[in-house]
Amino acid sequence: MTDDVRRTVEAVWRIEGARVVATVARMVGDVGLAEDLAQDALADALAQWPESGVPRNAGAWLTAVAKRRAIDAWRRSERLDERYRTMAHDLGTAAEQEWEPIEDDVLKLVFAACHPVLSREAQVALTLRVVSGLTTEEIARMFLVPVPTMQQRIVRAKKTLSAARVPFAVPEPHEWGKRLSAVLAVVYLVFTEGYAATSGDRVIRADLAGEALRLGRMVAALAPREPEAHALVALMEIQASRFAARVGPDGSPVLLADQDRSRWDRGQITRGLAALARADAFARGRGPYGLQAAIAACHARAADVADTDWEQIVTLYTALEQLTKNPVVTLNRAVAVSMAADPATALRILDEELDAKRLAGSHLLPSARGELLARLGRTDEAREELRRAADLAGNERQRAVLLERIATL
Amino acid sequence: MKYMLIMRANAAAVEAAKNMPIEEMINAMGAYNESMMKAGVLLSGEGLSDAEEGAVVDFAAEEPIVTDGPYGEIHELFNGFWIIQVANKEEAVEWAKRAPLGAGSKLEVRRVTDESDFEDFSGNEYLEKEKGWRKDLGTE
Repeated sequence: MTDDVRRTVEAVWRIEGARVVATVARMVGDVGLAEDLAQDALADALAQWPESGVPRNAGAWLTAVAKRRAIDAWRRSERLDERYRTMAHDLGTAAEQEWEPIEDDVLKLVFAACHPVLSREAQVALTLRVVSGLTTEEIARMFLVPVPTMQQRIVRAKKTLSAARVPFAVPEPHEWGKRLSAVLAVVYLVFTEGYAATSGDRVIRADLAGEALRLGRMVAALAPREPEAHALVALMEIQASRFAARVGPDGSPVLLADQDRSRWDRGQITRGLAALARADAFARGRGPYGLQAAIAACHARAADVADTDWEQIVTLYTALEQLTKNPVVTLNRAVAVSMAADPATALRILDEELDAKRLAGSHLLPSARGELLARLGRTDEAREELRRAADLAGNERQRAVLLERIATL
Repeated sequence: MKYMLIMRANAAAVEAAKNMPIEEMINAMGAYNESMMKAGVLLSGEGLSDAEEGAVVDFAAEEPIVTDGPYGEIHELFNGFWIIQVANKEEAVEWAKRAPLGAGSKLEVRRVTDESDFEDFSGNEYLEKEKGWRKDLGTE
């Protein structure tokens, strides 16, 4: 097979995959099964298209083949329980219909992949697989795990959905908010893994961040009346705008304060601010993503660190803290306070309000304490804290930066 | 990766478009734009108005010569563009193939350059200045 055709098939799959799986899932009522059938259809495409050429409506072709395979599989199957009988009936009558994927189906697919019966890890894997159309190999590479591990994770996720008889449907109104927040959490998790890789030797994994942005824009387009979906897009656009400035020539991370702001992607910032404005236009108050996007927007608007509206950032962090009860937020608020007021006040916040146990094992607390102590001239204590932080840092580049900081004290 | 899909049409297609049901065209284009939006790949896009409203600045002579449209010598007219963000060229091409355009129209698929294309010239005075300009202009 020529490489050209393979790449075309992959491109078609990236564009049509989610809709193919969603359409088949609507008929068979099982996302895992639908994904298997669609993958089989894709294999057929890879075998046939080099000879026959890529059909004009590739999505329709893949869907038709997947449906036919569903019928064949049922006919061969000896299991004649009621469920399969109904399914086959539906398929038989609907198989000849035009390929008309409903937008809603893709949204159902997103919700199914992020269903609460699955662990967050499994939600992420399944979303990237069935909604983004990434291959198992690609997902494994992105998350730096062996391919068989990712394979297992996906297979198990599909089985879990099947076993739980998760309906292929948009959740009930009372569940909608909770389920959407799981969807947004999955998207943001993919992004943060790209934005600040927790392991490996690279600080930024642009492929992951880019995929998360695409997923985020997709969810916002599918659920346009959800302010937090727009807010998440805003947050990701603004954070991603700093990619070029976040890594030094040697690959080490550059702190916000030291970043060359002329390297920030202004187009991306413009899009981010527009998305935040869209979220705010609902006037329903800001949720966690809205608040984080507003903080990111404060940085994006500032010419430099001194020009930053730190008071506003402290206010936003205070609101976020009340909303999330997340210790990392408290830590960030303290850092903002050190800029808006002074490092001593900030250090008091860290020591009085932060339960160190909740951040145990993370390099964040000692690294923030170390910075504040350094600014207060308590150099020996600062060194000690920064060394502790370096020991805890999982990312090699991160560790190098901390060790370097110690050397400059 | 960012790609620009550049719309071009020959004179016959431009003429023919004037007799087409305009609302149908709006709907077809709208549906295409919506599909890219829903896939999360569309960053921006603009269409250009009739060539007759435009002007040409020609550098053939020592002094630039300004003439009105129509563009007698031009066989394909640049009519508008989309900028999309996709994983690779093949995906950009697949999106281009889905545009609701007919005979006489062409879409040129071009990657939008970024900083990494000029890495070998880092430190160049104007490349450095450009970063500042982009910031001031609020453009990409």
